[in-house]
Parts: sequence; C-alpha cells; structure tokens
Amino acid sequence: MTRRVVITGVGAITPLGVGAEPLIERWIAGECGIEDGAGRCREFVATDFMSKKEARRSDRFAQMAVVAAKEAVEQAGFAEELPYEAHRVGCVVGTGIGGLPSLEENQGKLIERGPKAVSPLAVPLMMGNAAAAAVAMQHGLHGHCYGVVSACAAGAHALGDASRIIRAGDADAVISGGAEAAISGVATAAFGAMEATSPTGISRPFDARRDGFVIGEGAGILVLEEKEAAEARGATILGEILGYGATCDAFHLTAPQPEGTEAARAISLAIADAGLSAPDIDYVNAHGTSTPLNDRSETVALKAALGERAADIPVSSTKSAIGHLLGAAGAVEAIATVEALRRKTAPPTVGWEEAEEGLDLDYVPGASKPIENGDGPLVAISDSFGFGGHNAVLCLAA
Amino acid sequence: MPTDVTTENVEKTIYDGLVELGTERDELSREATLEDLDVDSLDLVELAQIVEDEFGVELKGDDVKDVKTVGEVIDLVVSKA
Repeated sequence: MTRRVVITGVGAITPLGVGAEPLIERWIAGECGIEDGAGRCREFVATDFMSKKEARRSDRFAQMAVVAAKEAVEQAGFAEELPYEAHRVGCVVGTGIGGLPSLEENQGKLIERGPKAVSPLAVPLMMGNAAAAAVAMQHGLHGHCYGVVSACAAGAHALGDASRIIRAGDADAVISGGAEAAISGVATAAFGAMEATSPTGISRPFDARRDGFVIGEGAGILVLEEKEAAEARGATILGEILGYGATCDAFHLTAPQPEGTEAARAISLAIADAGLSAPDIDYVNAHGTSTPLNDRSETVALKAALGERAADIPVSSTKSAIGHLLGAAGAVEAIATVEALRRKTAPPTVGWEEAEEGLDLDYVPGASKPIENGDGPLVAISDSFGFGGHNAVLCLAA
Repeated sequence: MPTDVTTENVEKTIYDGLVELGTERDELSREATLEDLDVDSLDLVELAQIVEDEFGVELKGDDVKDVKTVGEVIDLVVSKA
C-alpha cells in the first residue's frame, strides 16, 4: 500500500509580508517586494513574535523558520497538541548557508578583541541545522530532524526528503521547508564578485534584459502528513506532494549545464514518481532566477522534459516578486505553487516584457491568468536548482 | 580599567546583564533563583563574559555549576576578586 503525502498547513515569511496569504495574494496581484535591490522581509521583527530571550538564541534565518512554522502548525491544527505520537513527527528544514550574520559578527569580535569575546552562542546560532532544531524544540518533535544544505535547492530537497520519510513509514508527519537570511556583507559581496547578482537590482526572469538574481530572505514551512492519517483526523488538505526528482549536473561549481540534461531528468523523475506524464502538468513554478544562464538552461530543460506540453502551459517565477530566497526559495515556491493551484490561477512573472530568442514559453507576462484543466485537481511542477549543480523538482497537486 | 569590584557595582552589572539576556527587570532580586528566571548554562557563560569584561574576574563553568540564586552569583564574583 503506497503511502501518500498531503499538505495540511503552510507558513511563510517573505518580502511580500508575514504569512502565506500576502505571499500568494500580492504575487497574484503582480506586486513586487524588492526594494533597493534586495528582497528584505521588512515587516519581520523577531521580538514581535517571540521573547527577547528566544530571539537571542536564534539567527534571523531560524527565527523566520520558527515563525513560519507557527503559522503552518496552527493551520494544520498541530499547535495545541500533536495529533501523532511525537516520535512519529519529524522536522527537516533546508538552508543555503545558515546563520551567516552570526558568523560574521563573531569573526569581527575575534579579530578585534580575541577569542574571549566570541559568544558561546556563536555555534548554535550559525549552524545550518539551527532552524530544524529550533522548530523541533518549539513543538516537541522527536522524529527525524536535520538541516538540508544544497544551496538554492535546499528548500525543495528538504520537502522531497520529508515526503520520502513519510512514504517510507518512518513518520506520520514532518514539518519541513527552508529558511535563509544572508543579506549580509560577505554573501552580498561574494555573489556580486562572481557577477551572479543583478547590478541593476531588478529581478526579471526570462526577460531579455535580465542581468542576475536579486538576493532575498525569508522562510517557508509546510506541515506534511500521511494522507490516510490526515483524512482520519479530519484535517483540511491543502494539496499533495505527488512526486520528487533529484539529480546533479556534476558539471560546474556554479554554472548550470547549458543543455539542462540533468535538470530535465529531475523534472521527468518527479513526474514519473507521481505516476503521471508530461501532458498531466498544468503549471510550472520555475526556478527562474533572472540570471542569463539559468533561465536559458531551465527553458531548454522544460522543453526536453515536457515536450509539446511546455508550450501550452503557464510558466512563472516567484523570484520576479520576491527575489531569490536561496535555501528558502524551494519551500516558499512550493507554498506559492500549491496556493496558486488552489486558486486555479497562474501568477505572473512580474516585470517580464522583452522576449529573447529561444526563451519562448508562456512566462505569464503582465497579469495572472487562469490555470485550466477541467474540474479535477491541478498538477504543477516546482523547479529548484542550486550552485553545485543540484537539481530538485517537486510535483505538486491541489 | 576594570570597574571596582563592590557588591553594588557587581549587582548592577549582573542585573543589567540578565536584562540584556532577556530577563524582565522587575523579576530580578537577590533571592530570585536562576531556575525561576529561566537562566540556563548558556546564559551563565554569557554572563561570565560580561563580568570578565567589566571587572576582570574570570568565572569558569565549574565555579557556577552549584549557584542557585542571583545573590549567590553576585557574592561569587565579589569573592573571586
């Protein structure tokens, strides 16, 4: 008997606001949360949501994960009491880089004032598993718990792994997603140095004028449950993770393989894992970073994996509205995808105006459009690709 | 120059330090227990850093492992000066 994985709660902190609702509603309305060349979560002040002491014990990425998790577990009905035995509930949260601001702050103290000035909290603040640990501690989760680190694919890998843990029977529920808050000196400087970020500060995926990604921050957390158990307790089911595919380019440290062969394979694996085929896909939430290389190779990969279907369905990038949330991106975009499917609406690639030769899919310019496929559940894929050649693709339904 | 290690000075530094670490000021007293204030081992290590910066008095983990109240922390710092 195959165990299936449903989504019963979502929570998000993004440059469009605190909550999953502002993320999807504002994106559908074509709004953009990027200001001054960065996707900052200006509304997020940790001490509005937790005690000063709790806030001091977490770097910003983990604080965001905790608050996003709170929203998700409240929606799922986990907040008062876990519906499953605590050892049957896991927590897997991805991040690209972890608590980089804490590392930088303590490195500064080390250089200026010596080792005795370094905070005893430095390691637990900066470690990449801190968000998973903080969420698990907050809700008393005793099952599988760890961080996933795969650059900009981390959020999708986390959700994919979490769904596998449930399918394998090791957990009945997993609280999972991604978090990132690395708009700091070193990360911003380094991405700039490698010319990955946009010098104009504009995120316009798939547009001929695109010139790099815009760094963002945020968190997305989902409550995943085994379908029959969720139904038995009467949970409201928001959507389903039907399939997951993951591959590695093994090609270049940062550049995607131009033919998109392994990205295409990850897409095909996710669709096959769902027991579906390309004509069943109704919408694509693209990785769509706004870098010259990614958007081209992703378009090639989508055509290779989806064949003729690629030209018939809307393909849009959440990064046009919030920038690139790095290790949080895959999770925030999974939430955006499910919420878009629930509304039967493909949000736009905000700011898209100029076509480029070969980049000829329907990138949903200008305004949202309906996702059409009769009355049944809609199916989408959400792509995530990371430095290191990591490809993680989720097949989602709602 | 380190501050003079008087009970009054140490009390002020410890109180200010605990507030900085997230304790409510109106909960502080010499009799308040670290457990009731939710001050754990990580807080004590941070507090020890604050004390050493201010007074030049070094507190090790072993020194504070049996301390129960805020007053005992203050007395310990004064006694080690």
